[in-house]
Amino acid sequence: MRQEDRRTGVVARKLGMTRVFADDGAHVPCTVLQLESVQVVAHKTADRDGYVAMQLGAGEAKAKRTPKALRGHFAKAKVAPKRKLVEFRVPEGNLIEVGAELTADHFVPGQKIDAAGISIGKGFAGAMKRHNFGGLRASHGVSISHRSHGSTGQCQDPGKVFKGKKMAGHMGAVRVTTQNIEVVRVDAERGLILVKGAVPGSAGGWVELRDAVKGHGDAELPLPGKFRTLDEKNAPAEAAPAVENDAAPAEAEAAAPEAAADGEEGTQA
Amino acid sequence: MNMIEQLEKEEAARVLGEKTIPDFSAGDTLRVHVRIKEGERERIQVFEGVCIARNGGGLNESYTVRKISFGEGVERVFPVYSPNVEKIEIKRKGKVRRAKLYYLRDRRGKSARIAERVSGRGIEKREAKK
Repeated sequence: MRQEDRRTGVVARKLGMTRVFADDGAHVPCTVLQLESVQVVAHKTADRDGYVAMQLGAGEAKAKRTPKALRGHFAKAKVAPKRKLVEFRVPEGNLIEVGAELTADHFVPGQKIDAAGISIGKGFAGAMKRHNFGGLRASHGVSISHRSHGSTGQCQDPGKVFKGKKMAGHMGAVRVTTQNIEVVRVDAERGLILVKGAVPGSAGGWVELRDAVKGHGDAELPLPGKFRTLDEKNAPAEAAPAVENDAAPAEAEAAAPEAAADGEEGTQA
Repeated sequence: MNMIEQLEKEEAARVLGEKTIPDFSAGDTLRVHVRIKEGERERIQVFEGVCIARNGGGLNESYTVRKISFGEGVERVFPVYSPNVEKIEIKRKGKVRRAKLYYLRDRRGKSARIAERVSGRGIEKREAKK
């Protein structure tokens, strides 16, 4: 992926896993991810912060339980307090206006994405579980230490255990990225994204989704992204919300060819 | 409703379309019409045998059908909601006393028979009016 094409990711909540059937009868194991009013909360700019990024917020937080400083931060963007704030680095051309709500059709079925989350904590785990060691034998004189690791080093020379030696210890509860998972289905109305296979973290946890760094496949991606702007969202309900929804993708699509054209000029020059 | 349950319900409805799944259980003799794709052509093959187990629930449910083919026992596991199964016919209902009939694997011929069930769940009572 070219740097100038880089799109923002989204932050989603993992709901759990299920399966869908492909047309040929194959089972496709799926993780269900939900976008919970994912809105742009702030921009980071090169002159003020030294880098360009978008700050997205997701979920609902009680205003009462949000610190005053954060409340001011949200008020500036005119968005409700959020549970989770995440930054995504994007090139300047792909920034989405503050307050816009990202929709699930930001990702296209068939494309590849990377999902990052906090893995389920396993506590203090032995070497067999933590590093896939083989353990010792079940019989032939081995006593009590069937699941232990073996030797941890040499003899008097070097006379120490090398740093980084794989041993038992705390496992899990770290940030893990699963690369190149396929988007199976997208439901913009309910904000659902179904991806093939497992995603780090427990159900109810937050997961960051990005276009795969190793290439997202052949799918045409909306640039700079699929979203509803603040005005469209605030539009009165009686003014046919379905029409409003249609307007947003049309706008995004109109913007897409321009951005793509810019990118190509850049490569020729 | 829980979103996962909701999705599974929708997926089940999508896979089934206009098909319906008959009410069958272990012990019943089934004719499973399986869609088979050979290159471009598609044809239907019937797998007929005794349902020896139903496993799982909801969208994840499957059933095992056992038959004796050329003297060799053959078992196939089908998902209940499979796009490849055109239809399931119940040929005969069996009278059995357990949910999993794995004991049939060790039996042959006469001792592997299952008596037909003529009353009980899913069968209208014919004698009741007498």
